[in-house]
Order: sequence, then structure tokens, then C-alpha cells
Amino acid sequence: MDQYLSVKNVVKYFGKFQALNNINFDVNEGEFVCILGPSGCGKTTLLRVIAGLESQSEGTIQQNNNDISLLPPDQRDFGIVFQSYALFPNLTVKDNISFGLKTRKQNRNEIDTRVDELLKLVGLSDHINKYSAQLSGGEQQRVALARALAPSPGLLLLDEPLSALDAKVRQHLRLEIKNLQKQLGVTTIMVTHDQEEALTMADRIILMNNGVIEQEGSPQDIYSKPTTAFSANFIGTTNLFKAKKISSNSLEIHGSVLDCNDNINDDVSTVTIRPEDIKVSDSGEDKNILSGTIKELEFLGSNIRGHIEVNFKSDKAIVLCNFAAEYIQNNNIQTNASINISLQPHAIKIVKD
Amino acid sequence: MKKSRDDYLTLFFISIIGFYILISLAFPMYAILSKSFENKDGEFIGLENYQSYFENSSLVYSIYNSLFVSIVTMVITISLAFVFAYALTKSRMAGKGVFRSIAMIPILVPSLLSGISLIYLFGKQGVFRELLMGYEIYGPIGIIIAEVFYTFPHALLIIVTALSIGDARLYEAAKVLRSKSIRTFFTVTLPSAKYGVISAAFVVFTLVITDFGIPKVIGGNYNVLAVDVYKQVIGQQNFEMGAVVSMVLVFPALIAFAVDRIVQRKQVAILTSRSVVHEPNESKTFDRIMFGYCSVISALILTILGMCLYASLVTFWPYNLTLSFKNYQFDLMDGGGWDSYYNSIRMASYTAVFGTIAVFAGAYFVEKARSLKTGRSILHLLSMMPMAIPGLVLGLAYIFFFNHPDNPLNFLYGTMAILVICTITHFYTVSHLTALTSLKQIDNEFEHVSSSLKQPFYKTFFRVTVPISLPAIFEIGIYFFVNAMTTVSAVVFLYSSKTTLASVAVLNMDDAGDIAPAAAMGMMIFYTNAAVRIVYVLLTKKILVRFQNWRHKTV
Repeated sequence: MDQYLSVKNVVKYFGKFQALNNINFDVNEGEFVCILGPSGCGKTTLLRVIAGLESQSEGTIQQNNNDISLLPPDQRDFGIVFQSYALFPNLTVKDNISFGLKTRKQNRNEIDTRVDELLKLVGLSDHINKYSAQLSGGEQQRVALARALAPSPGLLLLDEPLSALDAKVRQHLRLEIKNLQKQLGVTTIMVTHDQEEALTMADRIILMNNGVIEQEGSPQDIYSKPTTAFSANFIGTTNLFKAKKISSNSLEIHGSVLDCNDNINDDVSTVTIRPEDIKVSDSGEDKNILSGTIKELEFLGSNIRGHIEVNFKSDKAIVLCNFAAEYIQNNNIQTNASINISLQPHAIKIVKD
Repeated sequence: MKKSRDDYLTLFFISIIGFYILISLAFPMYAILSKSFENKDGEFIGLENYQSYFENSSLVYSIYNSLFVSIVTMVITISLAFVFAYALTKSRMAGKGVFRSIAMIPILVPSLLSGISLIYLFGKQGVFRELLMGYEIYGPIGIIIAEVFYTFPHALLIIVTALSIGDARLYEAAKVLRSKSIRTFFTVTLPSAKYGVISAAFVVFTLVITDFGIPKVIGGNYNVLAVDVYKQVIGQQNFEMGAVVSMVLVFPALIAFAVDRIVQRKQVAILTSRSVVHEPNESKTFDRIMFGYCSVISALILTILGMCLYASLVTFWPYNLTLSFKNYQFDLMDGGGWDSYYNSIRMASYTAVFGTIAVFAGAYFVEKARSLKTGRSILHLLSMMPMAIPGLVLGLAYIFFFNHPDNPLNFLYGTMAILVICTITHFYTVSHLTALTSLKQIDNEFEHVSSSLKQPFYKTFFRVTVPISLPAIFEIGIYFFVNAMTTVSAVVFLYSSKTTLASVAVLNMDDAGDIAPAAAMGMMIFYTNAAVRIVYVLLTKKILVRFQNWRHKTV
């Protein structure tokens, strides 16, 4: 795949506040990239810099091998969809979608054909003459998408496009946008704070925190191979511990010595263990077995999450651990019951602070 | 970042509007300021003029008089308007719409008309002169009554707004906590309306201290600053002293302006988009008391207006009370005749059209332009300045600036254009704020979307921003029109024999002793403004609805 967009050493200051600190990443042609992070991490600023709505303090941006760093937004090639939809309320669906087509000297028929095509694409052909106040939130967002796509931009920017919608509509639109993007092959950058959205939609996730990129990679990699404590904690749920190196394949947590398959380099490090990687251990064959007491059981649907007070060697600590709902029911397990768990060696992963 | 075509256009328009305000406000103000330091031959003499001003005890006494009537009027108007506003917002009395409309009447007439009315009511041949128990209406009593009439709607509008933003959730919380209604008033109502009341007080103060029509008509020998400016310039041709008194007059106006701006900023902080509108509870006794109060106030307002109407129709007060249109034969009197009226209509129309265009475009760039942050802040600052300058001072400043033989704009002097320019500038700030408020409600991302769609900003402006803002645009146009019809202070130094105005004719006919025709001309202004208002209401109801059907959920 060809590299389409390249962000190099981008820095952005607002007064003395540094919103972006040396951001570097590339986006391939046709790729769907999600910029994910908590609010205030700089992700929206980054998107606005790419759009030319903010100017970066340092660094360059290349699109399609052209340096666009200094171009104003109307000379860049992108379409944008905002969280607020920003549909023109006094124009019909048709006029909204054709807004960007008119100066391109296309004749009336061509424009009408294009509008019909886009409406079909987003499934709103019946609503062509309606105003935005007459549409639901999801429909408005689809019109905004059609409007952004109308001039066939090389790059589609989505700024928290689903945040203002109801949970059900959101899930539905996620798939729809993803499929549309695949079908059109348009290079897309989406900003979101919703990890589930990022995991389900993105080809690649760029995880940001405090103005820097924490980690980038496929959704699977980001989830299963977090490289920093922030990544591990922000995406999904995890247990984080401080660990001391004992040997090349064992380390010590709260005084208990545990086997670990990861590469142990430093004397002291942080480790992450996902709740679903922790096993209930009834036999003595498992490694890293610890005893504990169930303090709380949280119902999550198909899973039940236990808050287990684990008896480490030097002190007690709470460990989160997922059980199959069936297991809890069949064994009639209740709070304050004792339990043995195994922190399996392959589940213990070392991350940067 | 490279400049796009939009950026250059923005720079171009911001410069034009900024330059307009410089020419129509900053340069003239500089001219009047420097005039106050010059002698008759135009030589710089430092503070000598100020020295002779402060040595003249009768002139200095005007400062005291001005402050006295301003402060007394402020207290009375705010008290009356607060209760009225409270009745409109926190009661369920009947006839709120009617009361509100009646309370707005004083805005539609020149301020001095209430003075003329008081002369008919309480003057030497007045209907109710016994009620004054020997006191004279000519003087502070007359000035204060007339000023209260004139400033009442201005205060009312501000306080109504302040009271309506009281968050319903706070009232519910107070109720759930079983707070007594008196306590709720002092802990919820008053604090949220506090800044509105303070702001209204300063607005009233400024209106009174800078008003010249009322004290001119009914002040008798009671001198105030604004009349002193007029007398120095028109009566004694002492322009330098006029400039000095103007500077003295600007001083309290500037302070009031500064306080108002600070207070307004705090007011905004209270108002959140999550606030819920409070619906008052029903209370029969309270509603009846409020209804009674509003009826009395409305009756007083209608009496003042009605007296003028009657006086304008009476053939020869008080000897021949048969009704006729004799007083409407303006061509037989001094003051410019019917031409003044037509000139006023023309002037008000030009002001409305050009003023609205300038203000709305200016506010659009301040609020919506993407680039030129500094330029936009400067433009906003310039747009706020006219509010601090009294109309009379502005008018006098125009003489010094535009009538200067070396000024290339000298040709404007004595034309309709200078009247329009002066009036637009005089009423610029309030319109600017109305436009800004309306524009702030429009999503800023519209501009971003359009630039991503490679559309020039003016396409978005004409196809989206203007249609959405039509109600505000009409509101601004009407504001300009009504004020251009009634203003005296801003134009009294600037009209020529070809551009006499109706409001000035009221003043001049009254001056010449033709009080009944003055009342008649004042009523002509009222009819016109009322008609414009009514047409506007019908327009918004009928035609605007058709262009605004996108606002409604159903097709």
C-alpha cells in the first residue's frame, strides 16, 4: 500500500501549553486510522492541524507527496464530518449534499446524479427534500457524511462523528461507516475517545495521551500487546502491578515470586495482566497459583467480574478476574468465598510506565 | 500559514469597516478633544479652557444638577421597572403582552415629547397643574418625570432578560428544601438578576445624563451639562467651551460604560445552555396585585402619550378645544415643515439599510472569520466604542472634524450622508451586540465545513448565515430606523436647511413657542415608528414564517 498522508514532527503550542509534542505517523492509501485518547489528549487538535483549521507550531504534513503544511483549509483535499453534524439547517438534504459541488462547474444533471448516488449510498433516498430538523440524529450524521464525500475528497476526516448519538444507533452506524469506507476506499482518519468504536472500526489505532503518541498498531496488537501502562489501562480493563526482577524468567509481585514468559530487562518494571487471562485453578498443575477471597461479583452479561483480594506473600491486593457466568452459577460461588487463581506466565506482560 | 482568497477578502472587509469606525468615531473624537485645548484662533493653550470652565460657577453647577437628576431618575426608574419586570416574568397575571407593548411606547417617540406632554399636563395652562401644589413643572421635577418615562422601557428590557434567565432548577431545589417565597426571592431571584439590575441602572444613568431634549424643553432655568453644550455652541458660538463641556460629559458616560461592560461579562457567566426556563406558580392575590400595578404604570404611560395626541388635535389650547388637523400643517411653521418629516423617513431608511449591512457584516467577521485574530479583536473593540460617546458630543465632534477646511471629507458636511453616518455610528454598539448574540448561536463549524468543501466564505454567508439570521437582521434594521426617527442629540448640530429632520423640528417648533405643532410632529414620529413595528410583527408572522419553515419539525 502507498503512503498517502505523512505527519512529521508536528508540535502545537497554545500560548505556553503544549497540545502536541512531536507527533509522527503515516497513513496508507485507503486505510482507516483512528486517533484514540482521553479528552484533552490533543487528538482533536491533531485532526484540526491536518485539516488546516489550526496551524502547527512546528513540523510538516504531506498529503499525496505534496507538502500541505502551510496551505489554508480550502486549498487542502479533504472532507470533514463533525460531532455536531453542522448541517446547514435552512437547506434541504439535497442542497446540503450539493453545496460543495456547485462551483466545480458541473451541470445540473451531473449534480443531481451525484446527489442521488450519495443518498443511495447512505440509504436516505426518501429524504432528499427534507430539512435537517426533520431528520433523526443518525440520519443527520449520514447526510453530513454524504456531504463530505460528495466532491470525492482524497481524505475523509471524522471528528467524534458518533458521540452525539444513542447507543443503538451508534453501533449500527459504526458498521455502516466502516463498510462505506471499505467500499469507497477513501483514506480516513477518525478521532474518538470511545475505545470500543476505535477497536471495531479502525485498521490501525493511534493512541494518544498528553500530546504524545503512546502506541500505534492494529486493534488486536493494541489490545493484546500494550506497550505502556497507559495503553493497557485505557483500552479494556486490566490489572497493573509493580514487579521486581528475580531471574530472566521470574519476577516478584508483592513478595510472591511468579514465572513470566515476557522478556525481563529492567530490575523494576510495571506489568499488566488482563482479567480474562486469569484462570481459576482447581488443580496443582497450573503455575503462579495464589489464594484469595472474592470481595465482589460484578455482573457484565455473559461474564462476571470478580474483585478478588489475593493473598500475596507480603500483603493483600485486589485483582480483577473474569469468570464465565455459567461457572459461577454451576459452582454456586458467592462473595466471601475462597478461591485459587492462576496468574498464567504468558499473561504477565511488561509495559513502560 | 499561506493566505487564501478568503483571508484576503476578510482582511479587506475588516479594514473597510474598521476604517469606517475610525473616520466616524475615533478621528472626530480626537478633533473635539484637541479643540478643548485650543483658543478661538486654533492655538494650543493647554488647560486654559478647562480652568475658565471650572471658574464659572453657573457652568460647574450644571455638573451637580446633571448628577442629581440622573441619580434620582435612575433610582425611580429601576424601582418601577423592576416590579414591572417581576410581574411580567414571575406572575401569571393576564394581559402580559399588552402591558409589555404599552411599556415599550416611549422607545417609539423622541425623548422630548414626554416633556411637551408634561407641559400640557402640569404647565401654566396644564390640566392637572393643581396636583403639583404650587411647585413648578419647569425644572428638576419635570425633567425627572419625563426622563423616567423615556428610560423606563430601556431598563425594563434589561431587567426582564435578567429575570427570565433565573434557572427553574434552582426554584425547584428551593421548593423541595421548603424555602419560604421571601427567602427564595432573596437567595435565588435577586442574585441571578443582580447584574441585570446594575447594568440597567448604568444604562438609565447614561441615557439621562447625556439626554438633551427633555431638559431643553422642560428644564426652565435648571441647567444641565447636555444643555450647556448646546447653549455654548448654538447660543454663544463658543465651540471651544462646547468642547470642554463635552469632555466633562463624556467622563461619567465613560465610567458608566466601563462598569456596564464589566457587569455584562459576569452576567453571561450565569447563563448556561443547560438552564431550564422557570414557569411561575399561580397565586391569585399576587397576580392581582401585579395586574393592578402594571395597570397603573401603563395608564401613566398612556396618559403622557394620550395628552400629546389630544394636544396635537386641539385647535387652540386651551381656548378652542374643537378638534382639527390645524397643528399638522407643518408647512406654515418654522422647523422645516413636512419636508422635515420626509427627510426623517429618508434618513431613517438609509440608516436602517446601510447600518444593518455594516453592523451585520462587521459582527460576522468578528465572530466567524477564521484568520486575523488580532484584526478581529480590534474591530470588536472599535465596535464597542460608540456606546461610550453621548450623541451630542458625537455631533459636535463631527462639526470639528468634517467641517475642517483641510478635511477631504469636507464635502459631506451639511448633507444627508453625514446625518446617516452619525446616526449609524451613534447606535452601532447595541446593534453590533444584537448581531453577535445571534451569530454566536450558529455553529462555528459551518465555516469549516464550507472551506473543506472549497466554497468561498461569502457563499456560506449569503446562503446559510444570512437566511438563518433574518430575524436578528430585521430586529437591527428596526432598531436603527426607530432610533434614527427619534434621535435629536446626535443630529442637532449637523442638519442643514435642506436636511431638516422631524425630531429636530419638534425641538425647534417648541423653542419658537409652537408647542402644539411640536406635539403633532412628535406624534407623526410615533405613528411612523408604531406602523413600522406593526408591519414588522406582521412580516415576522406571515412572510418570515414562509422563509423559515426549515425551523419546524413537520413538513
